[in-house]
Amino acid sequence: MKRRLFLQSSSAVTALTALPLGAFAQADRRRELLIVANELGPNSLDIHTVGANRPSYGVSWVCYDRLLTFGAKRLPNGVMSYDFSKLEPELAESWQVASDGMSCTFKLRRNARFHDGTPVTARDVKWSLDRAVTVGGFPTFQLKAGSIEKPEQFVVIDDYTVRIDYLRKDKLLLPDLATPVPSIFNSELVKKHATEHDPWALDWTKNNVAGGGAYRLEAWRPGQEIVYVRNDNWTNGPLPKIRRIVQRDVPSAGTRRALLEKGDIDMSFEMPPKDFLEMAQAKGRVKVATVPIENALWYVGMNVKSAPFNNPQIRQAVAYALPYERIYEDAMYRRAEKMWGGPAHAPDASWPQPHPYVYDIPKARALMKAAGAENGFETTLSYDLGNATVSEPTCILIQESLALIGIKVQINKVPGANWRGALLKKDMPLILNRFGGWLNYPEYFFFWAYHGQDAVFNTMSYQNPAMDKLIDASRFETDHQRYVADVRGFIDIAWNDVPRVPLAQPALDVAMQKDVQGYRYWFHLQPDYRQIFKS
Amino acid sequence: MKPSLDTHSDMAGTVWAAWRDRLARLIRPLRRLGWLGFLLRRLAGALPSLCGVIVVTFILTRALPGDPAAYFAGPAASQSAVEEVRHALGLDRSLLVQFGLYLQDLAHWDLGRSVSSGQPVASDLLARLPASLELTVTALLLATLTALPLGVLAATRPGSLVDHLCRIVATAGVSLPTFFTGLLLSFIFYYLLGWAPAPTGRLDPTFEPPATLTGFYLIDSLLAGDGELFFACLGQLILPAVTLALFVIAPIARMTRASMLGVLSSDFVRTARASGLSRPRILYVYALRNALLPVLTTLGMVFSFLLGSSILVEKVFAWPGVGSYALEALIASDYAPVQGFVLALAVLYLLLNLLIDIAYGVVDPRVRLEA
Amino acid sequence: MAREHGLTLIALVLLAGFAVLALGGGWLAPYDPLATGVGASLAPPDVHHWFGTDALGRDILSRVISAARLDFGIAIAAVAVSFVIGATLGCLAGFYGGWYDRIIGRLADTIMAFPLFVLAMGVVAALGNTVANIVIATALINLPFYIRVARAEVNMRREAGYVEAARLCGASNRQILALHLFPNVLPPMMVQISLNLGWAILNAAGLSFIGLGVRPPAAEWGIMVAEGAQLIVSGEWWVAFFPGLALMLAVFAFNLLGDGARDLIDPRRRS
Repeated sequence: MKRRLFLQSSSAVTALTALPLGAFAQADRRRELLIVANELGPNSLDIHTVGANRPSYGVSWVCYDRLLTFGAKRLPNGVMSYDFSKLEPELAESWQVASDGMSCTFKLRRNARFHDGTPVTARDVKWSLDRAVTVGGFPTFQLKAGSIEKPEQFVVIDDYTVRIDYLRKDKLLLPDLATPVPSIFNSELVKKHATEHDPWALDWTKNNVAGGGAYRLEAWRPGQEIVYVRNDNWTNGPLPKIRRIVQRDVPSAGTRRALLEKGDIDMSFEMPPKDFLEMAQAKGRVKVATVPIENALWYVGMNVKSAPFNNPQIRQAVAYALPYERIYEDAMYRRAEKMWGGPAHAPDASWPQPHPYVYDIPKARALMKAAGAENGFETTLSYDLGNATVSEPTCILIQESLALIGIKVQINKVPGANWRGALLKKDMPLILNRFGGWLNYPEYFFFWAYHGQDAVFNTMSYQNPAMDKLIDASRFETDHQRYVADVRGFIDIAWNDVPRVPLAQPALDVAMQKDVQGYRYWFHLQPDYRQIFKS
Repeated sequence: MKPSLDTHSDMAGTVWAAWRDRLARLIRPLRRLGWLGFLLRRLAGALPSLCGVIVVTFILTRALPGDPAAYFAGPAASQSAVEEVRHALGLDRSLLVQFGLYLQDLAHWDLGRSVSSGQPVASDLLARLPASLELTVTALLLATLTALPLGVLAATRPGSLVDHLCRIVATAGVSLPTFFTGLLLSFIFYYLLGWAPAPTGRLDPTFEPPATLTGFYLIDSLLAGDGELFFACLGQLILPAVTLALFVIAPIARMTRASMLGVLSSDFVRTARASGLSRPRILYVYALRNALLPVLTTLGMVFSFLLGSSILVEKVFAWPGVGSYALEALIASDYAPVQGFVLALAVLYLLLNLLIDIAYGVVDPRVRLEA
Repeated sequence: MAREHGLTLIALVLLAGFAVLALGGGWLAPYDPLATGVGASLAPPDVHHWFGTDALGRDILSRVISAARLDFGIAIAAVAVSFVIGATLGCLAGFYGGWYDRIIGRLADTIMAFPLFVLAMGVVAALGNTVANIVIATALINLPFYIRVARAEVNMRREAGYVEAARLCGASNRQILALHLFPNVLPPMMVQISLNLGWAILNAAGLSFIGLGVRPPAAEWGIMVAEGAQLIVSGEWWVAFFPGLALMLAVFAFNLLGDGARDLIDPRRRS
């Protein structure tokens, strides 16, 4: 077992470094090798560790398995996407919700193994879920969103059966089990590295993989690259076609594009929208897959706690003074969905949907006058330096346009790490930001972004008991009609009060070589190499 | 009785004198140790600067506006969760206590842990330092190989067209913003002409880095006997190295020229000339060797300057060195890497000065006696 | 000889040109440097927009012109600050020696032991993203050079005959420093200043290149190069090229001038 592994990886290495062994062998190897360049690599191999960044979610996704996963569907533009409405087996081969709807029993696959050959048992599942709800921070938070909160909820029935007891009937519970957070760890292996100070061995899993996912970790050089090799013994889904993946950190977007166009890499995420637009139009060797990011919006947020934005008329004036079309064209390069100029009242419960405001300076001026602010005022518009490619031009366009209604705007760029701290303080009067929720429900979005619980994503400190009531009601509403009414209700309030003005729904673009097939969009926005193959 | 203030300063004076005596007594036997003593005395002399660097860096990083606790606590954390993390990280203690803890860690060679890479700073720096050194040393070599002949040429024909050309070329080089030169070079040589490989760091992604022995890819690939790999590494290195080298040709050429001019007008060269030695022999054997000493000092200064200023070049060429590491850490308010980087460079700078002193001592024994 | 002065002359002409741009920027610029959409976005150079336009359709020529004032302003302010502080400290250290010398010398050593660009980055990051802080940071990292030059010059002359003479005539220390020693410091300082101005511009541009300091939408050469950097790959070279060229020419002119000044003061050290 060990020996075979060694031979495999070493043959892959020699194939890459030695002289060509003949065109055929070379082409064959190239077909099983995927070279990816991204802006940023993981800073941890375990999504449970404190401060794990987004790319590390991607590591958890391919190196670990969950009990459940989502199915797939083809979007209207031909790109494949995960299907939020369809749960499929991953580690659990079947699951059954109890007749009273207050628990769910999972049967594990009997042939599932971790990378070191240990069988996956119900004890591993319980230990991993216990860990996720106990370690605190992001993992605990994410599971709470699906009412998965306490270790007592996870019951081992026998080696291959585990039951989750519900605290309440929450439609988000099962989907939440298919997010990267509840990954299943090789508990015996991890426990060996636990210390008194670190009972869940987070320090160890940060640098080591203890999963049974479709890919093993071959090498990780933080800040430089991560290399995966296929786990040939993986049986929890169709065996991936790509044998080896090299994912490099290449911070410069221009370089990534050049690499792609020269055919030196196979795939890249995260580029300025302009580059994606041009590559999509060029009809060269590169193709671009574009999917609007579910449940996500670019928005301008106004702090309603203090003047001048505590006045709804001024907020409406701002909503009429934002140059939506130009932002869409010149800052986002149309790599987004338009989210303005919709009907005055929400026609249905879909989300996101366009708000009723349009660019209308006379109307904005009239509203400013009605609010007694026709002489205007000065304020600061802040944005996250980490999003500068889109944010900076957007802010400049907003600055120019708000000057037309007398609002003098200073632009303040906040370095990435300070951004979160600044959001937490909630003292910025005007911000440009982007927010999205993993679980694709409007009430989930509103719970974070508009609810009076005042989560960090409610960047406007917006509080409205009427809205809170509708959000809370819709979360656990089982009657569809009433649910739709609740959702339309809170969307209408959001349009009328406009504490935040959505600008557009961002899109996730991925550029890849023409021969790369099988790309699938996922809500976590990380690449899932398991479905990718080369033609 | 004297006013208390005076007593105080008087006391400080006495304490200082006592310390000085003690230090002197400690150092005195070192004289007898010869070379080692010279080294140790030099090191002791550098200590105050090092302490200054440690203190200033600490204060500077704490003054950064970011909140590591908020960063650590992750998205969606509430204010109380952030406070918990702050407590766990020890960031709620007074600055003095934090400084004490930092010193304590330093004494154990622990530079702390980077938030963004998740690794201990010491291992991050060690992993990335060879990349920076390889780049800087290559750039320095390139610059020296260009600047020395340029300087000599200019010195042998002062006031001539060649002299002025040298001057313009060198001045133009030092006027180039490195980030702009880097972009321009990669645009021309990679994108337009396709002569250089893609600016993706130390090695094309299709290659596997050589087994780490020295950390220098060029040397490691040679040791591994892999010619193809060597040229792949060299190809990646050329553009960033040229970018950096262009920037430092001027000071080296300028110093070579000035030093050569001085030596060429000295008595011994005149004597050599009078005794009929051939011109090249005078120039390269006698004059150049003697002119190299000040050039060496300049090289030392230039090298440490390069290490610090390679940040922008590393950023442009996605070079995984310590500079780009520190830059990202600074933008992310990640204290530990910034402190570690500054400290490492300061130590390197001091060691380098020491080396130059030693080199001086080897070339010119008078220096040793004076010190 | 004529050729040397020729180079200095070129430098002076270039600098005069930049001075005109910096002073008369508003008048000379064909468009409002901050107005977006004065042309199509990312239009290559043509008759209407000699340097082309950027991603938001702003006129690059106008932005390059208006940036001259900001860049020169930063550099001159920074050099002035480090000259005043550095010369004062250096004179004190050189004249009084002893504790003055030791403390001021240590200060200079400590600053020098830092990787200077990193120190500047740290200062701007810590104090906040403003132009004033770029000035402070640039001044700080130039300080040791001024201290050293001033100290060396004063130290060399403090025992000189004319200083003794002045002292015998009853001049106070302060008078001797200000009237007899300080003027001697000026010539080498001028060389330093001229070389430093170029370096200060490079520094300020480098800082804004990495996103520290200048706020959008202000035009500044470094930040304009940074904006254009990501466009080079797609062939829109003019966005980064012209501001980069302006930056280079300005630094080049200052360096040539510094060289020329050095010739005048010490012909033997010339290169």
